[in-house]
Amino acid sequence: MEPLIESFNYILQNIINALQRGSFYAVISIGYSMVYGVLMLFNFAHGDIFMVGTYIGFGIATVFLAVLTGLVPPPVIFLATVVVTMFLASWIGVFVEVAGYRPLRQAPRASAAITGLMIGIIFETTILIMLGAKRLSFPPLMETVNYHIGGIYITNVKAMIIIISLLLMLALHAFIQKTKWGMAMRAMSYDFLAVPLMGVSINIIAPLTFAVGAGLASVAGILYGQAYPILDPYMGVLLGWKAFVAAILGGRGSIKGAALAGYLLGFIEIFVATIFPSTLRDFIAYSIILIILTFRPRGFFGMEHSTKLRL
Amino acid sequence: MRKIAVLTVVAFSVAMLFSSLAFAARKTIIKIGINAPLTGDIPKVGEGTKYAAQMWLEDIEKAGGLEVGGKKYDVELVIEDNESKAESAVKANTKMISQDDVLAIIGPQSSKQAVPAGEVANKYKTVMISPWSTNPDTTLDRPYVFRGCFLDPFQGPVVANFITDEFGFTKAAVLYDVASDYPKGLAEVFKDAWEAKHGAGSVVAYESFTTKDTDFSSQLTKIVKSGAQVLFTPQYYNEVPLIVSQAKNLGWEGPIVGSDSWGSAELVELCGEACYGLFFSSHYAAAGAKGATKAFIDRYEKTYGYTPDDVAALTWDSLQLAQQAIQDAGKLTGRIEKDREAVRDALTRIEDFDGITGKMTFTEEGDPIKCAVIVKINNQGEFEFYGSSCP
Repeated sequence: MEPLIESFNYILQNIINALQRGSFYAVISIGYSMVYGVLMLFNFAHGDIFMVGTYIGFGIATVFLAVLTGLVPPPVIFLATVVVTMFLASWIGVFVEVAGYRPLRQAPRASAAITGLMIGIIFETTILIMLGAKRLSFPPLMETVNYHIGGIYITNVKAMIIIISLLLMLALHAFIQKTKWGMAMRAMSYDFLAVPLMGVSINIIAPLTFAVGAGLASVAGILYGQAYPILDPYMGVLLGWKAFVAAILGGRGSIKGAALAGYLLGFIEIFVATIFPSTLRDFIAYSIILIILTFRPRGFFGMEHSTKLRL
Repeated sequence: MRKIAVLTVVAFSVAMLFSSLAFAARKTIIKIGINAPLTGDIPKVGEGTKYAAQMWLEDIEKAGGLEVGGKKYDVELVIEDNESKAESAVKANTKMISQDDVLAIIGPQSSKQAVPAGEVANKYKTVMISPWSTNPDTTLDRPYVFRGCFLDPFQGPVVANFITDEFGFTKAAVLYDVASDYPKGLAEVFKDAWEAKHGAGSVVAYESFTTKDTDFSSQLTKIVKSGAQVLFTPQYYNEVPLIVSQAKNLGWEGPIVGSDSWGSAELVELCGEACYGLFFSSHYAAAGAKGATKAFIDRYEKTYGYTPDDVAALTWDSLQLAQQAIQDAGKLTGRIEKDREAVRDALTRIEDFDGITGKMTFTEEGDPIKCAVIVKINNQGEFEFYGSSCP
């Protein structure tokens, strides 16, 4: 009986680990899918938008902690940091759309895809020039409390990451399903030639999409800073690529698919390392994804019309 | 008139020739070359090298010169800047050997310069001691090249011994970056050393990740479950804080031990209190030093206004080694080739040299067998000398 409980706990512990990791992939991969839905291209700068969002969050958190500590309770500081960071980071998204993608709207898709990579590099080097190569440490916005429940360890930070990510995705779902703006975005992803003729301008919907994606990524950045508090200018590259994999796996343009695939990717990574030697983790994890894509080339929720198009 | 002028010139030339010959025959100056990165990427390293060398020279001058075979010699330092470049380090060595007639060379510091410069020194049969270079190639198959520090892999057995002696543990876990040479090499050596001590299978968890990973939760969950008593992670200062905090959050309660890659002031800045009380192996620790090491640190601090780093301390030891070898050579003939050879032979014979970074004896490769310093991160976040651990 004893070893059974132990291995059950072991699995449960890894489920929690996977939920935390998966939350980041899910929230970030949604940004890829949203942009794909509207513009039919992948915004390869998204990983670096996440990075810039994290740095903005770092700045805001540092200022708020210095000014507000003692005046208001920590949860209020946290909430204020999230709101202000989200607002500022949205403008980064708008900037990327207006400066990077809009001039190339009629250009071949490959040029637009390359633009994303360029913008990413520009963001990385800008941060590098402004702040130097020194690693920064994200200040904790709340005191970590470690709960030990029947052989499982979970911190309040971990629980918060999992819950806030879910709430964010529910809020996004409501925004897309219930508001006029959301409806316009859905319409645009259904037919981006006809919808502008109905008076919905792509020059408003596209920046809005980027702004929402960047806002989500920046909240992910703040949460990331709580879980892995070391910031460097290249932190968004690997995470961005993995989230991109999740976006493809979920089905291009499908927000629900991106979120689910993000969690799935977290589970695959964590459990492969649990079962096999960790040296083989990425090899096995991404082989599994390759096999899934071989049998479901459109991903889980890919729609016929969105995959026919280029890229 | 012209005849007189010609005669004078000839006379002078002859006189000069004789005097220089005479001078060469009973040379009273010993020249020591310093090959240091005074400019370029790592000027702070060059500065430490120069300052340590100047302190050493001061001591010699105070004693009225260096006594070799019952005779006092004046010592002169030839300090050359290698701009932290490989080509310049080679050029500096060639110049010091062929033009300045140095008896021995201290430097270059980084392996990047020490490996190519060592080839020149070995070719011209001149003793070179690199205080700081840890790459095996620097001294490999080069009888005239030595170093003042231990090699990277050497820390594996040292840490294994330290953990065994200090805590009496028998089960260890390792977490390392499989995509980076230094941690991978060190993890392998540690595993071998640990299993040699405690039997096969005593490394109960041997987990890896790849560079840039930030989430180690599945590996750490495995490690916690494995029943290991200690975690060894030879990672860099930007990964250590993440590993330490995630381990603690997953219920790890044992000590976490690292290697000299931890030794950056930034570690404490990034890690904060989570890292207090942890141990790592290193070349030298300033806080809590005793005896000759403390005397050196105090003197350096007083003269130059800051705490010397490991480069300065290792340079100091290398110069002491060179000095000892010159004195042990017995008698200098004044014929530079012969004297260089004598110094080299003397250096290989040195046993248990008592340096400020530990006791040293050279192997056949010219690498010292020495003890590593075990550093404890104390509750002020300083790197404190905790003890030394020998292979």
